[in-house]
Amino acid sequence: MTVYFQLAYLVGAVLFILGLRGLSDPKTARGGNLRAALGMGIAIVASLLYPLGDSPDNFIWIIGALIIGAIIGWISSTKVQMTSMPQLVSIFNGLGGGSAMLLAFVEYLNLQKGGQFSAGLTTLTILFTLLVGAISFSGSILAYLKLDGKVKDKHVTLPKHQFVNIILLLATIAAVGYAMFNPSMTSLIIATVVSLIYGFSFVAPIGGADMPVVISLLNSVTGISAATAGYLYNNQIMILGGILVGASGTILTVLMCRAMNRSLMNVLVGGFTATGAAAAGAEGVDQGTVQPTQAIDVAILLNYAEKVIMVPGYGMAVAQAQKQAKELDEVLTKKGVEVLYGIHPVAGRMPGHMNVLLAEVDIDYDKLLDLDDCNSNLGDTDIVLVVGANDVVNPSALDDTSSSIYGMPVLEVWRAKKVIVFKRSMKPGYAGIQNPLFFKDNTNMLFGDAGATLKAILNELKTLD
Amino acid sequence: MDSITQFLDGNMLSIYLLIFAIFLGFELISKVPSVLHTPLMSGANAISGIVLVGSIFFLRMADPSDTFSLVIGSIAMIMAMINIVGGFAVTNRMLAMFKKKPKQ
Repeated sequence: MTVYFQLAYLVGAVLFILGLRGLSDPKTARGGNLRAALGMGIAIVASLLYPLGDSPDNFIWIIGALIIGAIIGWISSTKVQMTSMPQLVSIFNGLGGGSAMLLAFVEYLNLQKGGQFSAGLTTLTILFTLLVGAISFSGSILAYLKLDGKVKDKHVTLPKHQFVNIILLLATIAAVGYAMFNPSMTSLIIATVVSLIYGFSFVAPIGGADMPVVISLLNSVTGISAATAGYLYNNQIMILGGILVGASGTILTVLMCRAMNRSLMNVLVGGFTATGAAAAGAEGVDQGTVQPTQAIDVAILLNYAEKVIMVPGYGMAVAQAQKQAKELDEVLTKKGVEVLYGIHPVAGRMPGHMNVLLAEVDIDYDKLLDLDDCNSNLGDTDIVLVVGANDVVNPSALDDTSSSIYGMPVLEVWRAKKVIVFKRSMKPGYAGIQNPLFFKDNTNMLFGDAGATLKAILNELKTLD
Repeated sequence: MDSITQFLDGNMLSIYLLIFAIFLGFELISKVPSVLHTPLMSGANAISGIVLVGSIFFLRMADPSDTFSLVIGSIAMIMAMINIVGGFAVTNRMLAMFKKKPKQ
């Protein structure tokens, strides 16, 4: 009888693989996602019906929990704005890790109560699941708080934080080891709490442009916790699903690190703690003066331009300015101006964040240029509009060896004839480092909320007709 | 040492599965265009909610008089279910925006 259920799991696993493959191509992505969801549905139904002899089943609890979870998940996914997508993905990810952690917690107690406790592989698997799930949980929660602006990097970063992290990691291993050989509620709680603190502290020093990398990494960590939980139940689809996520998350993390020309180690050790020489120097050294400009002047420049490239960043998401960007695009295109978009691989707070926002307002993705395409287009571009981007257009990455982003490939917008930077104020970007671009001769600053200033430009453009 | 060889002996197929799944995950993702990074991550994220299956087995086998286990197990289940439903739904919502629009 169980063989049919095993076959159902196999079908589910194949659907996961087909789903992930579909998700890697724009043409098949939507179907891929649905296929993976179908695989998940099959796995859930098979687990509910799996013959377990005379098990108590507790279906009332199970159905109740499934319905509550489904409703919360559905509502939060439909209500949230596209600009808050990174936060939402972080939270969802943390919940997956938290689930694995809780499961390991109660399984440990079961072993202890049942008197079958031994410091063997099962206990090791349980404690490893607990550790990894807890790291993913607290790490993702902190990532959420950081992305949502509720927590600033400097509030959670201690002096010599990397040293603190190493001590905490050792403490975590010690606590887990203790719980392995001394089964008790107390040692279990200590292991859980220390693991949670480590997860929190692990994410604490990472910030700025590194946020997409850490989210992808945490995603992969959750996959690993699901897989190890799968060994606990000897369940193949849990192992396969978890490992697929773990492996694909790792690859995505590496791809993003490569896009920033840095190693994963370098990201984790926190190049963006903003204590580098460039950050310190920015306050002391006079960089020159900025040239502010007005919406009307920008409108006139745009009116006579032939080729305009817009470079969106996280500021565009915050200001919800993608709709105005699209309007501006339409007005300029009507006037015969070529409008393109330069998308840096780590612009925003999540890999591909800007693509999602621009897709939301129907901007054709043929107009989106990746890093290399954009840089080769900049030479004959009349105007670059930097809308809420900062670190990804920072020339220090190329010429200032003391800068914490030195070596990261950036969009070399200063090679265009004119650069207009939309910015709220002169405060440094998320990475906390100053940007010499703002002081260049061909750069003008347009201060204010990006949405409002874009709107002002639109109004001026209309009067120019 | 004995217990390790014994474990390897008993779980050889699972170990194959583990190794192959790692390679498969790498292969599936290594050529993804950056435009799909976000939906891919959020879709993969939903798949990691497969830990729900574990919570189903845990709850089905839990002692009905052990309220603590039932409550913790249910919370674990709710969390995984949010991860799954929310993850797939939000991915679908994102991808719906990527649909190729007819050219004007």
